[in-house]
Amino acid sequence: MFYHALQIDDPRCIGCSRCMKVCPTEAIRIHGGKASIQEHRCIDCGKCYEVCPAQAIAIKDDDFESFRQYPHSVALLPAVFMGQFPDDISVSRVYATLQELGFAHVMEVESAAMVYADAKNRYARENQDKLPLISSFCPAIVRLIQIKYPSLVENVMPIKVPLDLSAMYAIEELASRGIPREEIGLFYITPCAAKIAAVKAPVGEEKSLIDGVINMNLLYNRVYKKIKELGKNHQYKPQHRQRLSADAILSTLTNGERRICTAKRSYAIDGIENVMDFLDKLENDEVEGVEFLELRACDQSCAGALLSCDNRFLCGERMYTRARKAAERERNGEMPRDREMDRYKDYLIEHSLVDEVQPRSMMVLDADISKALEKMERIERMKEHLPQIDCGVCGAPTCEAFATDVVSGQANLHRCVFYRLHLEQAGKMTLSEGRSNMYSVWGDDRISGEIEI
Amino acid sequence: MHQEYTVVEGDFVNAGKASSSVKKTLKQLNVNPQVIKRVVVALYEAEVNAIAHAYGGTVSVDIDADKIRMVVADSGPGIPDIALAMQEGYSTARPEVRDMGFGAGMGLPNMEKNVDRLNVTSEVGVGTTVEMEVNFA
Repeated sequence: MFYHALQIDDPRCIGCSRCMKVCPTEAIRIHGGKASIQEHRCIDCGKCYEVCPAQAIAIKDDDFESFRQYPHSVALLPAVFMGQFPDDISVSRVYATLQELGFAHVMEVESAAMVYADAKNRYARENQDKLPLISSFCPAIVRLIQIKYPSLVENVMPIKVPLDLSAMYAIEELASRGIPREEIGLFYITPCAAKIAAVKAPVGEEKSLIDGVINMNLLYNRVYKKIKELGKNHQYKPQHRQRLSADAILSTLTNGERRICTAKRSYAIDGIENVMDFLDKLENDEVEGVEFLELRACDQSCAGALLSCDNRFLCGERMYTRARKAAERERNGEMPRDREMDRYKDYLIEHSLVDEVQPRSMMVLDADISKALEKMERIERMKEHLPQIDCGVCGAPTCEAFATDVVSGQANLHRCVFYRLHLEQAGKMTLSEGRSNMYSVWGDDRISGEIEI
Repeated sequence: MHQEYTVVEGDFVNAGKASSSVKKTLKQLNVNPQVIKRVVVALYEAEVNAIAHAYGGTVSVDIDADKIRMVVADSGPGIPDIALAMQEGYSTARPEVRDMGFGAGMGLPNMEKNVDRLNVTSEVGVGTTVEMEVNFA
């Protein structure tokens, strides 16, 4: 139904329910001793991946070697990739090593950051009736708004993100050198799962230009290993390298978009819980006069992304250092800002619009309001009897989520351990029936015998 | 479907609790997002009124298949001239309430703008009851 980049790897899953408890959209349930993801609720934010102790959440990236089938493979790097490497490994060396690994071209996605900023500013000028405008940058946030805040979908700017703009640029630039599209393979090095979902199932577009997605952790290991193999004295081939402006480097960090937007009042909010708190207020019209919102699912934005290999603050600091150096070069007039992209800027902005974001609410109990009301009344009645301690033993994250599962036919009331005790006491359920209910959720090997202490 | 909430005088921290809860309910019922917005804005205004000017009160909400009915009742000072209070910018708010960003005299007019039916009854020294209805379709 919906494409997801996150999948439970069943054999590895130990059914510990940690993922179920942290999922911000309550998309995870436990059944038969294994976690499962409810596809219509998942936004690919990756909170589950972060807490899984068994590495049982798999990220569906593409085969690393598949770029080799294209004569003109392009590695599209997010700026945070450079932030992963220790200080003694320069940006130039990372570029050169990627070419040693076999990529024909290397490009940083944020080279399109200023075009993206211009496209947003233009959209803002023409759509003052849709304030506050919400950035389209973070795909997990766009999906969160679609499923949980349907009244705000029209505030999301339907604008291509730097990844798509840089992909368009790469195709145009290579075409100008006479290279046909079929020889070009665009490979995005992703720092998170949501970006994979955005490539495989874009919102507001039929198909993405990206030919493959590579896990940033994996590429980091390959690059680092290659650098060590080649040693300090290796003569790297001279290579063409883009220079990013300070603004572009900082754009993926928190406040990166906000600091260069033209809005009078704006907020930059990172961390999905913080974003949800804010959107709840915004939906109630409790926030006045706000014109632009930069919302990011991860704490410290992309520096804290799922597949970031290093600590988010270390990564962020390295990016600031790089941006400071770039700013110094800009001040000294050594580096004209984003000159290469300038030739294509108008073309890219012309083609930056996508279709309006559509709601796909997860919250609806029934399309028919009378039936939905009936279900809601049943949920309320059930809640009065449920313990309201959100213990999760039923395999749902909260008593309320459990009650909702029961009325929609996805769970049996007997999964509640408190209710079972009540039934057993009243002689309406045998112990062995109770036990088999417990096993149906958690599997049958949780307790092996009496415990001696 | 019936829900009830209590609002406490001066408790601005919890202003919006009732409207947030009603919002969640309406989302589950698949009510049009723009209609939900009107309901939430009107109810939030009424909640703030009860908190700021009227010693708190009760919010009772009834939802059926085609409309929502909200009654916010307080035992506050009452409104001497309802017609005057319905005018934009008219306010009797104390300065300390205005300092908090409330009491600009937009409350009742904003409620009226967002609901399909509004009825305000008030008796000075006894209290005020605001009844609002919004149709779903």
